[in-house]
Amino acid sequence: MRGRITGISGPTVSVDMKGLKLYELVHVGNAMLTGEVVKLEEKRAIVQVYEDTRGLGPDEPVQGTGMPMTVKLGPGLLSGMFDGLQRPLYKLKDLSGPFIRPAQDVSALDPAGQWVFHPLRKKGDEVGRNEMIGYVEENHFQHFIACPHNSGGRLSWIADGNIRIDEPVGRLEDGSGIAVYHEWSVRVPRPYIRKFSPYEPLVTGQRAIDFLFTIAKGGTAIMPGGFGTGKTILEQSIAKFADVDIVVYAGCGERGNEMAEMIEEFEHLKDPWTGSSLMERTLLVINTSNMPVAAREASIYTAITMAEYYRDMGYHVLLLADSISRWAEALREISSSLEEMPGEEGYPTYLASRLSSFAERAGVVETYSGKIGSLSMVLSVSPPGGDFTEPVTQSCLRTTGTFLMLDTSLAHRRHFPAINWFQSYSLYRAELSGYYRENVSQKWEEVQMSCRDLLQKEEALREVVEIVGLEGIQDPDRLLLHAAEMIRTQFLNQNAYTDDAFSSLDKTLASIERILDFYKHAAERLKQGAAIDEILSGISF
Amino acid sequence: MRLSEHRYKTITSIAGPLLFVQGIFSARIGEVVKILTPDERQLEGEVLEIREDTILIEVFAETRGLDIERSSIVLTDTLRTASLSPDITGRIFNGSFVPIDGLPMFIPEKKMPISGFAINPTARARPEEFIETGISVIDGLNTLVKGQKLPVFSCSGLPSKEVVAAILKNSRTMNAGTDPSGNRTKRESDGFIIVFSALGLTFRDYSYYMHILKEMGSRFVAFINMADEPAMERLLAPRFALTVAEYLAFDKGMDVLVIITDMTNYCDALREVSTAREELPGRRGYPGFMYSDLASLYERAGRIRGLNGSVTMLPVVTMPEDDITHPIPDLTGYITEGQIVLSRELHQKGIFPPVDVLPSLSRLMQRGIGEGHTRSDHRKVSNHLYKYYAKGRDLRRLEAIIGREGMSEKDRIMLDFTDAFEREFVHQGMTRRTVPETLDAGLNLLKRFSL
Repeated sequence: MRGRITGISGPTVSVDMKGLKLYELVHVGNAMLTGEVVKLEEKRAIVQVYEDTRGLGPDEPVQGTGMPMTVKLGPGLLSGMFDGLQRPLYKLKDLSGPFIRPAQDVSALDPAGQWVFHPLRKKGDEVGRNEMIGYVEENHFQHFIACPHNSGGRLSWIADGNIRIDEPVGRLEDGSGIAVYHEWSVRVPRPYIRKFSPYEPLVTGQRAIDFLFTIAKGGTAIMPGGFGTGKTILEQSIAKFADVDIVVYAGCGERGNEMAEMIEEFEHLKDPWTGSSLMERTLLVINTSNMPVAAREASIYTAITMAEYYRDMGYHVLLLADSISRWAEALREISSSLEEMPGEEGYPTYLASRLSSFAERAGVVETYSGKIGSLSMVLSVSPPGGDFTEPVTQSCLRTTGTFLMLDTSLAHRRHFPAINWFQSYSLYRAELSGYYRENVSQKWEEVQMSCRDLLQKEEALREVVEIVGLEGIQDPDRLLLHAAEMIRTQFLNQNAYTDDAFSSLDKTLASIERILDFYKHAAERLKQGAAIDEILSGISF
Repeated sequence: MRLSEHRYKTITSIAGPLLFVQGIFSARIGEVVKILTPDERQLEGEVLEIREDTILIEVFAETRGLDIERSSIVLTDTLRTASLSPDITGRIFNGSFVPIDGLPMFIPEKKMPISGFAINPTARARPEEFIETGISVIDGLNTLVKGQKLPVFSCSGLPSKEVVAAILKNSRTMNAGTDPSGNRTKRESDGFIIVFSALGLTFRDYSYYMHILKEMGSRFVAFINMADEPAMERLLAPRFALTVAEYLAFDKGMDVLVIITDMTNYCDALREVSTAREELPGRRGYPGFMYSDLASLYERAGRIRGLNGSVTMLPVVTMPEDDITHPIPDLTGYITEGQIVLSRELHQKGIFPPVDVLPSLSRLMQRGIGEGHTRSDHRKVSNHLYKYYAKGRDLRRLEAIIGREGMSEKDRIMLDFTDAFEREFVHQGMTRRTVPETLDAGLNLLKRFSL
């Protein structure tokens, strides 16, 4: 099916063509740029082009593919780096040098890739839809290969040993093959049997998060913060240390140098949970701010679809996106070039619904293979001017479970992670308290309460001190201020560049208990008549 | 490919810098267009939008004098490119890449599209080699590294011009080498060049910068757009500058420092086009695509694995109403790797450069300092200075409320340190300090106050 370009405005192109489907993938112009149909009218279709439209002219041909935009799912994705359209960046570099040129069609999976297949079923077995028939070893993971989602039956043949990625690994009695890889539309969530409430924390190694504002496996968290509040460093720390099997990191509209730094660092770091290279469990989707804006919109869907694919194998997957605001801005740019009626601050009115349906793709699920897998999400938000009343932050707040507010004033004091302990919250606290009680300590919640209490009291006292000075307050209050400062500087503050970057749950608890014990004993001594200066001079920072 | 040149006289409307022309079937997005005015002037424009047979042209010149009846346009069948040659060094051009130093245009070795291509993130090398600017507060506390983009946030009335001039004059990069006796040392690199892009410069500033550039010999390339020259040229000049910078860096292996002043004028030009197109305005009337547009400039800074050169960027942003949350500094800060913030308060105290250390930040500093880069104690000195200065600044607020008398001896010392830090470390006038001089100044200060 072919048509002609009739108009071009920024990343959107109108085409005089009938018979296209909404969200169908099309090739635009002589250069065969990739695009997606976003609007259909009586005689024309509006296409959002994922590449630079410079040089495109009217009357150039447009070709439909009959398929939605898909990603390839199969072995060889891990350790990979892809752009927003799942093109492998390393291969692009080999093909066209250090600069990305438009319109290059490269498969995400190495077509010559060879794998060793271990069958789990044998000839003659009955296999259902989505059921796993075997696996290949991908890095140190068992990469399961399943029956397609739309067919099942009796196996007439199954491979064993060396396989190629472009050949089937099994055949059903009706003659249909079971492929090593398949394609999946990025905008369609992958199915599962049922979803559960989160019941297990996602340990990040960040004390402020694990102790005060816990994130759940299968939960969602957002971290909004103005520039310089350390969003990216925190995202990357979580990517390094989180106790999940697989990490999918989407660098969405952010800095190229940061990605370069991360790539280099991840290649050398070890996964603290397994000891193997960090890159082995990581998959990167990178669409930096100067790469085409429409591909930025697609990039988070590309990332989550790959994340869901590994979840379906029964793994705990964490999706990190930095930053979701850039995605929303891409949505706004596209919306405005479609001349849609804008909602708040120029964002399209469907911003909130798109965001919430995206966030709902997280969760702990029972997969079709009968395994339990989870997909958790940590999204950073970049509110303009550091103003949290803007639509993206507000829409995220309505759908996500943990809110980590990054505070500019803390960042200026070089308090990192700059998580504000009054404004942030976690809705998973109640659901996970049982886990902490049973697996870490009975006292977990009690200690947590004392810690919050101390910080709360400090805030009130601080206002008094501003007026009367430190000398003007009572000794017990001075002690309290001192203890709160210890919590801030020794517990909540965590340097991402030292050994302290990761703290286990036990270590976290021990560390806060030490401070609280000191406070308790010092208060006791104060009551017995010891001088405050003597108590405070006895400890050193 | 069009074989004959055709003049279209089918302009249907003119709005500010935009022309609508009908009856054209063969234009391409981004194609360069020549516009001929009734009085035989020739202007340049670019195709911005195509809608059936109507095209929208953005004119990079003053549109005064254009009319609908007699003006005509010619499509050139080319995308905008920059001519490149090693002979470009030491030359001064206007915002449309026409020489204004009285010399003829050089003969190009090659031409490259000025919009550039995005660097493949996997091809980027991590920025980790520092650039010495000669300014203590930058070198010591907010070190600039090759491939970084570090904006200067200024306010109207502050000496951003002098800060830029000091950087122009004093910047140098070091390459690892060996001294005559065979020890590993750092020697000044000779492949260092500055690409200077001035947008909306007043005559006063122009003569100031010209004076500085003359002293620099041929270690620069300049693109100058004056305040009374077309605002639309301000959208082109930085792209020419960056295309030249990429060429010198990645084709010729030079370390290029791109200085763009003032990005606020660039953004205002962007807003002008956007409102003329009747697009929905975003915050403060700036277009919604400003983030992506700014990123298309700033992200061209970088280093590439396996290649020698680097593009480092130092844009100057004048914050309207001294407001750091204004869309221009805000979006800039979200893209760049840190910022150098100038402070009105320090300027009034007579401190130069008036850099406020607390909100300033260089994100890539950690990799570029210490053993093998600057000096092994760099990180420690810098962290200590920052910590004590931050504490002193907090105490100053307290001092304003309860008075110096009400404060402890320790706090009073900290206040004295804070003053001395501003007067002696931050303040240096136009003199240049090497990195060891900077670090020693910091160390002495810490020693004097026994910190």
